[in-house]
Amino acid sequence: MRLLIAGILLTTLVLPVVRADDTPGAIKVLREVQPGAVDSAAARDAVQHLRAAGSQALLPLLQGFRDASPLAVNWMRNAFEQIADAETKAGRKLPQPELEAFVRDQNQSPFARRLVYETLQRSDPGIEDRMIPDMLLDASPEFRRDAVALLIKEASALPDAAQATPLYREAFNGAVHEDQVKTIAEALRRNNEEVDIQKHFGFLPQWSIVGPFDNKDGKGFAVAYGPELDINASEAPDLQAEYDGQTDKVRWQPIATTDDYGVVDIAKQIENFKGSLMYANTTWTSDREQQAEIRLGTPNSWKLWVNGKLVFEREEYHRSSQLDQYRVPVTLKAGSNTLLLKICQNEQTQDWAQRYQYQVRICNSTGSALLPSTSTARSEIGSGVQR
Amino acid sequence: MKWIITFLILTAATLPTLTAADWRQFRGNAANSVATGETLPTELSGDTIAWKTKLPGRGLSGPIVVGGQVFVSASSGYAQDRLHVISIDAATGNQQWEREFIATGRTLTHDKMCNATPTMASDGQRVFAFFSSNDLICLDLAGNLQWFRGFGSEFPNASNSLGMSSSPVVIGRTVIVQVESDAESFACGVDVESGATIWHIARPRAANWTSPSILPATDQQAALVLLQSSKGLTAVDPISGAIVWDFDQGASTIPSATVDSGSIVIPSNGLTAIRPARDNTFEQLWNSSSISPGTSSPVVVDGWAFALNSAGVLSAGDTKTGERLWQLRLRGSFSSTPITANGYLYLFNEDGNAFVVKPEKDKGIIVSELDLAEKILCSPGAANGALYVRSDEHLFKIAERQ
Repeated sequence: MRLLIAGILLTTLVLPVVRADDTPGAIKVLREVQPGAVDSAAARDAVQHLRAAGSQALLPLLQGFRDASPLAVNWMRNAFEQIADAETKAGRKLPQPELEAFVRDQNQSPFARRLVYETLQRSDPGIEDRMIPDMLLDASPEFRRDAVALLIKEASALPDAAQATPLYREAFNGAVHEDQVKTIAEALRRNNEEVDIQKHFGFLPQWSIVGPFDNKDGKGFAVAYGPELDINASEAPDLQAEYDGQTDKVRWQPIATTDDYGVVDIAKQIENFKGSLMYANTTWTSDREQQAEIRLGTPNSWKLWVNGKLVFEREEYHRSSQLDQYRVPVTLKAGSNTLLLKICQNEQTQDWAQRYQYQVRICNSTGSALLPSTSTARSEIGSGVQR
Repeated sequence: MKWIITFLILTAATLPTLTAADWRQFRGNAANSVATGETLPTELSGDTIAWKTKLPGRGLSGPIVVGGQVFVSASSGYAQDRLHVISIDAATGNQQWEREFIATGRTLTHDKMCNATPTMASDGQRVFAFFSSNDLICLDLAGNLQWFRGFGSEFPNASNSLGMSSSPVVIGRTVIVQVESDAESFACGVDVESGATIWHIARPRAANWTSPSILPATDQQAALVLLQSSKGLTAVDPISGAIVWDFDQGASTIPSATVDSGSIVIPSNGLTAIRPARDNTFEQLWNSSSISPGTSSPVVVDGWAFALNSAGVLSAGDTKTGERLWQLRLRGSFSSTPITANGYLYLFNEDGNAFVVKPEKDKGIIVSELDLAEKILCSPGAANGALYVRSDEHLFKIAERQ
């Protein structure tokens, strides 16, 4: 309790003060809000200030969403909703032309643009027809989803497959969600069209793999076997090395997948060694330093290193496997990047606990695939804009 | 220091008293599924649906009631990453306000669940919305954000790909959350006003979907929060986070313990009843493997211990001995926890059928049924003579026609 009182006192002493006319100052307070609720009192004051400023604070507030943390976005969103509610109750209209222009501005935060769009849509349902068809390659996955849905609807209503195919192709280019990609791919394949789902999502199909190493009683998760020791010395393991495995000497071997969703199935392609672990290694070439997300799906425990640095680890077995189950933000360097994945199987005997597999893709934060620079394809599938 | 103590005393003095007519958290104010003092309609029919109100997205969270407001959470979006908190006028069913946030933690769940699975809680002045993504959001009753804790980003490994469901409870000035998974587990007490962590304790690293229960204060012992896991049940001081005693004989990871008249009935090897003693120990009263709950938590009231399994078999036991007295087969599958009011049980199956059951000495009698024709997985709430229950699509108020 003493700690709590001291914390409250300290927080009170260092709270930033927002002047009565200082809208930018209030927005700054919200943008800088920290985890742990350490500055909630200041954030509440800032929201109160913005609410008092009314609709004139709306656009600066919305511009403040850009590059803000999710926590800050939530504070700013609540401020926006409070202002919008108050304006509506007072019978005042929101500045529609300015807000509509804001929605179209792809330099602004996708969260803020979507918030404004849905606010406007309540009083102007026609906004969907005016805006969504142009948003197929938008930076916001939600706008893309709506635009893709319109195209799928249009294509599926056409009686002639030849007419529908270009529409499905267009929709495929914008789709970033699995359900829409599946729907479109099925329609195109019914029309005998080639569809490369693996490339569309940016899955990594080519790996080198070594194992099995011992993971009886789950103890191997914490043990640094040869490949892990290798990357302590350099960013990449020695693919010519031979290691002491679970039952014998083991060496790296190539493994590839043709699965649409990039699943490397160790149980089927190699063997479901119970109580074991494997290391899988691949490289990805980037034409520049860039922010990216490595998205992983697996029912097994795992650790992931990028260029020798452990970026995340998770010790959990058989709680499902889904596309984009884990999202790991990383910075990729210009040139070759090494990904080392440790993938662990336990000894559960239930039917549903036999999968030993993983799928990995590299994309941007909207879910649009990033492709390695050696590819002849664009470096970002279907994005239209680089950000 | 004196002025701080004076301030704290004044603050404590002005805290709202618990209104019996409120239903402030999962399984009610005492987290035991008993709607004390409530008389709810027993003859359910279409006429007893006072109103139904459209809800956004999806939700398994139950409604809570504070004064004249009904609060419910929901989640929406392709990734279930949009978090909704909605206030509805209990009298009319009209939406008063809706606030939306983005999830800061993982939002994946099993298809049957969704991000809005935990039920909200309230201290009477604020509401606390908790989500599978481990986002804990505090709003005042007018929808103004008071604080936001993104436990999903603060503790990124404390998640479960099948989803999290533990509902928070409020004891005094502390809101308590239990976040347990195979990869990382903890429980913490958060100050209701500031959102600051008061205490944080490590918990067993194992998947767990149970919710905290409350052991009410007695003359000898302040109220304790009861944290259940596969290891058992741990009694924790809600002010300091100190462990007071530990029942270590294992327990279920889905249905949660319940408390009645100082005894605790734990879903452990069927049901196990224990009674805490003054010296921070406890004695085991009975164990019954023939009364075993499924997903629903047990309900204990008036000498009965009820357990509902997932296939809809309601078992009634004697709380003195644990002896099973009778069973009643209902229809359909059940996920929600029943509630009890004025000598009746109210149970909702997953198909949206409501059952009112009158327990008697040697049998249970279905008094009435109502088909709401929507999937219901949440546990209902009761306040001011009305029953509140939600599907993904709607919030229903069930009450006697005025």
